[in-house]
Amino acid sequence: MSEQYDVIVVGAGPAGSTCARYAAMGGASVLLLEKDRDIGMPVRCGEAVSNRSLERIVDIDPRWIAATVNRFRLISPSGHIVEPDLGGHGYVLERRIFDYDLARLAAGAGAQVRTKSYVDGLLPGNGRSSTDLHKPAGTLSPSKDTSPADGPSPAGHGWSGVSMTWKGERREAHARIIVGADGVESRVGKWAGIDTTTHIRDMETCAQMTLTGVDLDDDVCEFYFGNDTAPMGYLWVFPKGNGMANVGVGISGMASKKRAAIRYLQDFIARRFPGAGVLTTVAGGVPCAVTVDTLVKENVVLVGDAAHQVNPMSGGGITSGMIGGRMAGEAIARALRADDLSLLQDYPKQWEKEIGAKHRTYHRMKSAVYKFPDETLDDIAVNVLRLAPEKRTIWGVFRTALRHQPKLVWEMVKTFGLK
Amino acid sequence: MLLIEIKPNTCDFCGCCVGVCPEDAIELQEAHIDIIEDRCTNCAKCVWVCPFEVFVFNKPARKQPAES
Ligand SMILES: Cc1cc2nc3c(=O)[nH]c(=O)nc-3n(C[C@H](O)[C@H](O)[C@H](O)COP(=O)(O)OP(=O)(O)OC[C@H]3O[C@@H](n4cnc5c(N)ncnc54)[C@H](O)[C@@H]3O)c2cc1C
Ligand code: SF4
Ligand code: SF4
Repeated sequence: MSEQYDVIVVGAGPAGSTCARYAAMGGASVLLLEKDRDIGMPVRCGEAVSNRSLERIVDIDPRWIAATVNRFRLISPSGHIVEPDLGGHGYVLERRIFDYDLARLAAGAGAQVRTKSYVDGLLPGNGRSSTDLHKPAGTLSPSKDTSPADGPSPAGHGWSGVSMTWKGERREAHARIIVGADGVESRVGKWAGIDTTTHIRDMETCAQMTLTGVDLDDDVCEFYFGNDTAPMGYLWVFPKGNGMANVGVGISGMASKKRAAIRYLQDFIARRFPGAGVLTTVAGGVPCAVTVDTLVKENVVLVGDAAHQVNPMSGGGITSGMIGGRMAGEAIARALRADDLSLLQDYPKQWEKEIGAKHRTYHRMKSAVYKFPDETLDDIAVNVLRLAPEKRTIWGVFRTALRHQPKLVWEMVKTFGLK
Repeated sequence: MLLIEIKPNTCDFCGCCVGVCPEDAIELQEAHIDIIEDRCTNCAKCVWVCPFEVFVFNKPARKQPAES
């Protein structure tokens, strides 16, 4: 069985659903494919977002919000507590509802949503031999062959669609544009010859439990740092209301070589929440890297985690992936309306200008902070606590951190134009 | 020869290993994982990043020392 669409989006996470929605709103016929039985499950996420970035991208439905957070609490390795002023607030979402609703919004705009559809390859376009299919990544042309500035090849090149398994049955679907929104496990980019492999140093490997019956402040997100708790990463406790919390840890793949994330999490929970009920236990990975250098290659477009659009400092990728999805969806709709696929290149340009460059700086800052030994982190906390309470902002924390790492000063000067 | 082994009933199907695999050698469905043997180079990156310690790296048996 074969079908024809303008756009096929692979993966119905926040980035894919948002991309599908904006492409459909712009008049494209869209097929949104998801391998799982249902959208939004299982939740592999701490579910925290800032109000400002979420408002920027979607009208917020109160049903999406499990808890509203007014304070951040940073806990240093020896237990010094710093609560910087957030200057805004945050939400802990209910992604089971949130992700499902984003797909519903895409369907409302006209996209066809199909679950249980596992995409396993790209179909060659005219002018490309089918032997290009499923080449091992090592033999694919490296991404530097096509700089983002390159336009698509003349008509006849690119890919004509995707192959998939649907309830054990082989199927194909065809489209003019294919979007890889397939998350941290993305393969769509690789099949198109884009190098999307995450270096293990940048892969934050995570374990999280959702606990019930815990005693904590319902409006505070806690972050624990230190080599014994979360080497090259952090451990989080995010409230979900009604005595529930997402408690998780993310550590760099380099640290995970020695000890897996689940071990750090089990130790912490035994210490801090003995006797809590465990509702779910999940594994996960977050590509805390810079954005891939090729977001568009011929008629293949990448968004969200698949394109490494996560904020590399915080590991937050919900809203940044949605922003990438929206930019891509809008560019796709414009390109189709004008019947000119070279307009797809608007998307990488806009991403670089609004977010990509910033993420490169955050990535450099993260790499510097990861080298801080526990004593330095403690020292920073002690020095921040010496500041007057009104100066204990995120900015105050950074300024104090800067004194310990001249390299960071340089990065900050470059980012914010400070003298 | 494939040196990576998957411990049964331990995988959570999160995709972290797929993200670091340089050879596109891992097939991950909703609740099924497989290593594609003829692509895998035994680089062990998947072993290092798995949050749940799903993989075992079976070191090849040492060759007998050569006669001197
Ligand atoms: C433990 C953990 C905690 C996190 N905490 C936070 C947080 O607090 N705040 C925050 O902002 N971010 C957080 N993140 C990051 C955030 O979850 C991701 O950045 C976000 O989900 C990315 O959205 P996405 O749409 O790009 O990908 P995903 O949400 O991963 O969606 C990709 C979809 O594609 C599907 N798919 C994959 N392959 C195929 C295929 N071959 N065929 C069909 N479908 C396929 C998948 O099933 C999935 O549904 C966390 C991540 C983890 C792992
Ligand atoms: S990283 Fe581990 S838990 Fe996650 S999919 Fe791979 S083997 Fe399974
Ligand atoms: S050992 Fe290396 S090549 Fe083989 S599956 Fe793991 S990451 Fe991929």
